[in-house]
Amino acid sequence: MADGTNVPIGGLAAASPKGRKTAMQKFAQRRSTTGFLLCLPLILLVACFVVYPAFYAIYLSMLNKKMTAFVGLGNFQFLLKRHTFQLVIFQSCLFAITAVVLKALLGFTLAHLMHNIPGKNQKIWRGLLLVPWVIPLALSTLTWWWMFDPSYSAFNWVLNQFGFANVPWLGVGWIARFCTIAVNVWYGTPFFMIMYLAALKSVPEQLYEASAIDGANAVQKLFFVTLPMMRNIISITVLFSLITTFADFDIVRILTAGGPQDMTHVFATYAFQVGIQSGDIPLGAADSLFMFPILAFAAFFVLRGVTKRTKEIAA
Amino acid sequence: MTTPDIAKPNLGTTTRRRALKLAAASAALPLVHIRTGRAAGKVSIAFWDHWVPAGNDAMQKQVDAWGAKNQVEVQVDFITSNGSKNILTIAAEAQAKTGHDVQAFPTWEVHNNADLLEPIDDVMKRLTDKYGQVNDVCNYLAKVKGQWLAVPTSSGTQYKGPCGRISVLKDKAGLDVVGMYPAKAGHTAASDAWTWDAHYQAAEACYKAGMPFAIGLGQTSDSVDFAGALFAAFGAELVDKDGNVTIKSDKVRAVLEHGQKLVKVLPDDAVSFDDASNNRALISGKSALIWNPPSAWAVAKRDAPQVAADCWSFSAPSGPAGRFLPYLPFFWGVWSFSKNKGAAKDLIEALLQREPVEERCDAVAGYDVPPFNSMLDFKVWEDVEPPKGTVYNYPLRPFHNAKAHIAALPAPPEIAVQIYNRGTMPTMLAKLKSGQTIDQVIAWASDELDGFNR
Repeated sequence: MADGTNVPIGGLAAASPKGRKTAMQKFAQRRSTTGFLLCLPLILLVACFVVYPAFYAIYLSMLNKKMTAFVGLGNFQFLLKRHTFQLVIFQSCLFAITAVVLKALLGFTLAHLMHNIPGKNQKIWRGLLLVPWVIPLALSTLTWWWMFDPSYSAFNWVLNQFGFANVPWLGVGWIARFCTIAVNVWYGTPFFMIMYLAALKSVPEQLYEASAIDGANAVQKLFFVTLPMMRNIISITVLFSLITTFADFDIVRILTAGGPQDMTHVFATYAFQVGIQSGDIPLGAADSLFMFPILAFAAFFVLRGVTKRTKEIAA
Repeated sequence: MTTPDIAKPNLGTTTRRRALKLAAASAALPLVHIRTGRAAGKVSIAFWDHWVPAGNDAMQKQVDAWGAKNQVEVQVDFITSNGSKNILTIAAEAQAKTGHDVQAFPTWEVHNNADLLEPIDDVMKRLTDKYGQVNDVCNYLAKVKGQWLAVPTSSGTQYKGPCGRISVLKDKAGLDVVGMYPAKAGHTAASDAWTWDAHYQAAEACYKAGMPFAIGLGQTSDSVDFAGALFAAFGAELVDKDGNVTIKSDKVRAVLEHGQKLVKVLPDDAVSFDDASNNRALISGKSALIWNPPSAWAVAKRDAPQVAADCWSFSAPSGPAGRFLPYLPFFWGVWSFSKNKGAAKDLIEALLQREPVEERCDAVAGYDVPPFNSMLDFKVWEDVEPPKGTVYNYPLRPFHNAKAHIAALPAPPEIAVQIYNRGTMPTMLAKLKSGQTIDQVIAWASDELDGFNR
């Protein structure tokens, strides 16, 4: 097969009046050119709404509070010395890592259960389990907030029916942390489930048959067939979810707004409070960019591993 | 007799002189002020989206009438404060240096955007000459380096004093709030006894009766404003007017000692309250008192009329340093990048005349408080019911012997905005509620305050 970069698209080729193609026509007929032109709207969108804001945020994070002088990494140094920001780093890591691990475990379990449901029933269950992921997050979080509300909490009503006392769901630091993580897990698990289910369906049945002939039990099949075959999907899913969970804003903002006593703030909510509400945009930008190098570093190694394994499989 | 042909002008001939005259006349045409449709250009204005829909309608009507009268095309947008959308819009316009000509700036936003606002002393002078001076909080929030950068408005401006259940406070705590603050002008001796100690005793009695004061210790504005009034009443400043951290003082210790008692009789999840939690507690009949403008009462009037009929707004308790009532003003300011500053200022001035202010105040059942004391004689606060006179003492009146206050005043605004928006004062109280000692709380707050001064 040709590599595709220099193959003219026959049907679209238009000859010059003299029967010879100009350089421009040749350029336009290249498949890579067509591909580039088709991608151009997306590239422009990404450039305008992702690349430009990202670089602008980096620029802002290096200005002083009045945005009149360049301070280099001064804002980052300042943040690192603040006790509240140290708490934010801890909570962001706790929130993201706990939530991603729980989502991965639950998603994996659900995908396996789903994979073993035969016929039409699987479609029904799959649809039902995707509901949390389909509802707009801000809306579903509001519903959770109502259920945790001090005056009208549905959970407390149920507890009261069984004779238990009210629980201040969002009023005590560790309980509030648990609540924000639980809502994130509720929302994000269907994404893991659907990705893992797709991966499970692509594992060749012959591998299981071969391992069964070799006498492998269910656990051995899981660790020596299923997991190795799903490694790429697991890596990419975890990476993607880690990035989005670290950047989460809606859940914490709606449920606790960072409280009680700053004990649920994550980078995004703290950046909003410092940058927008308190009028210190450079400090807010520095806060929001704090995880960027770490996540970029993680993304590089995870994606490199995925590429390496893909090449091994292809070979 | 016939006229010789030579005397008639030859209309078909174009001479050089005629061409010059025509060109000069055409060039001079724009200099003549012709009042045609929209001759005075366009103005766009962003108002705070009032929680009472009738408030927006009244505003729109007034703006339309002004636009028609002055031949100005006015674009009006009502921007909600839900999710801080108004603050986000202001930040976006400040960054892009384009957007509306006039913005409604809540509390700290005038200082946050001082470099991008058009001085508006001329409008303020005419308004104050006519209606009298505005209070110290307005001066503190909108006058920067001796210049007014925005005009205090009535739209959205609110006091946040106590709103209590008449019968519950009387039965459970022996507090006659109607007797203390009747719906008529004049000071009462009973109101002198309305101190922070009396407030605590009433809170304790109601807590024991299962009707706690729904006072938040979260980080949203209701919690901050309450804590600000408490700290001010004890003279407890976290940062002084020169920017020095003054938290390690006897007055701060005194207010925390009072706070240590008070937090024990507040709801268990007071630390997670937002600005709606207190409203819900009152409306659901689970609380004897909240600190809030009459919005909670207005919703109760619709959803729980028996609760609304038992509500009474009154002034804040007094402490060793005086009586301080939480006050949150809104301002209207003109961006320096506005393309029609003249018309923008004219519109602001027109909307702050007594008649339109009263009309809007009537439309929102007295929620909006005018910035000028001379306008506190509007009938609406006497007439609103049930019960009649329930919001008579909602605006600060001279005989209340109180001062309008915003939390963190008198710290320099660039520090105060952080104390306010980070909820430093209610968080100190929340830490007391979680069992921390006064020394631990002061140590934490001291570290926070050092970080605000950069």
